Amino acid sequence: MERKIRVLIAKPGLDGHDRGAKVVARALRDAGMEVIYTGLRQTPVMVAEAALQEDVDVVGLSILSGAHMALVPRILDELRQRGLDAVPVFVGGIIPADDVPALKELGVTEVFGPGTNTQTIVSFIHQTIGA
Amino acid sequence: MQLLEAALAGDRRALARLLSWVENGAPEGREALATLFPRTGQAHVIGITGSPGAGKSTLVGKLARELRQRVPRLAIVAVDPSSPFSGGALLGDRLRMQDLAADAGIFIRSMASRGHPGGIAYATRDVVLLLDAVGFPVILVETVGAGQAQVEVARIAHTVVLVEAPGMGDEVQALKAGLMEIADIIVVNKADRPEARQTVRALQSAYFGVTTTGHHGPRADEPLEVVAGWETPILQTAAIENQGLTELVEAITAHRQYLESSGRWELRRRLHARAEVETWLQRHLLLLVEQRVGEERFAAAVEAVLRREKDPATAAQELLAPLLKP
Repeated sequence: MERKIRVLIAKPGLDGHDRGAKVVARALRDAGMEVIYTGLRQTPVMVAEAALQEDVDVVGLSILSGAHMALVPRILDELRQRGLDAVPVFVGGIIPADDVPALKELGVTEVFGPGTNTQTIVSFIHQTIGA
Repeated sequence: MQLLEAALAGDRRALARLLSWVENGAPEGREALATLFPRTGQAHVIGITGSPGAGKSTLVGKLARELRQRVPRLAIVAVDPSSPFSGGALLGDRLRMQDLAADAGIFIRSMASRGHPGGIAYATRDVVLLLDAVGFPVILVETVGAGQAQVEVARIAHTVVLVEAPGMGDEVQALKAGLMEIADIIVVNKADRPEARQTVRALQSAYFGVTTTGHHGPRADEPLEVVAGWETPILQTAAIENQGLTELVEAITAHRQYLESSGRWELRRRLHARAEVETWLQRHLLLLVEQRVGEERFAAAVEAVLRREKDPATAAQELLAPLLKP
């Protein structure tokens, strides 16, 4: 039996900067994970639907637009509505330090700022899902 | 099994989890397939193949939307390659199917090839069976960007659509065996490009007057009679511009009608059934042999070949010999 870690990397919101999301997607691929990359301008429903259909172990959101406090609660809500409460969500991008506790309060497992070593994210995923 | 009941009742999350089990070869997945197998054999499985960058994903996305006007539900299985180094994969086919997200009647599943060489994954056949069993009447299977010899999709699909991009090469390329031969429908995508006409002409001249009997071809031991041949149509699409999709849907529908009226639908089902039994026979057999031979003897045989004391065919035969004694 072959079990692979499946990760959704999504880029919600309207900004067009997907460099970070692609770097992370590639690093996770190189760490042996199966990364479902959905690209730019994802709505909360699109993110949640992809997470559901692909049965992912973890969801990564890349947000650089500053709209994280508006987008993240809606995405978490869509995930919840689909019974995906237990799927850990991490956020990467430009997130002011002040917002990090609020995001974690909402249910985000971890927040990664610019310059994060990709190995840190790989280790985080292994630890979080215990594989 | 609770999850199975839920999936049959239309619970998409239960289906997604079952698909993972099947994909991973988990015992629960095998069990589910064994239970559901009598329900399979209803879906029209359409394979979409072609070289990388030909526009398969975009075409699949547009085709799905067009087909959905005729069927209540539709599933897409999109295969991308796994890294031969890390075993990981970047599954990017959803990227080109964005506008399907709002349609609850469409279920998209990405799969990594996991080292399987034929253009689909080892478990794609089983994933398709599961989707068939839970009632998707149409299933689109998109292969990895396929080369000339990656023809395995023909073993699970009823209709194979080969997608070519303009500038694919000359007539001789089109005459080569392999991928071109398994096509029931050929689509020249990106037909808004100037080179498209030449590609269409090359394909047309290669296919002129050729009436194929379908990619599974009748075997000597298959008594079914061929009513009429199927002439592989060569269509043009510009998927991004929504051009040529109606014609493609019509060709797919016509192909299914041809399969049914000519008796080939039954023939294909028979051949698929045989292929499935053969596949499992091989898997079981290989496991059995591995267990019986044991790692030690296997390693010793490898060493002997390495030292050039034995050729590999003889070494393998000697490993098997004690198992074949009654």
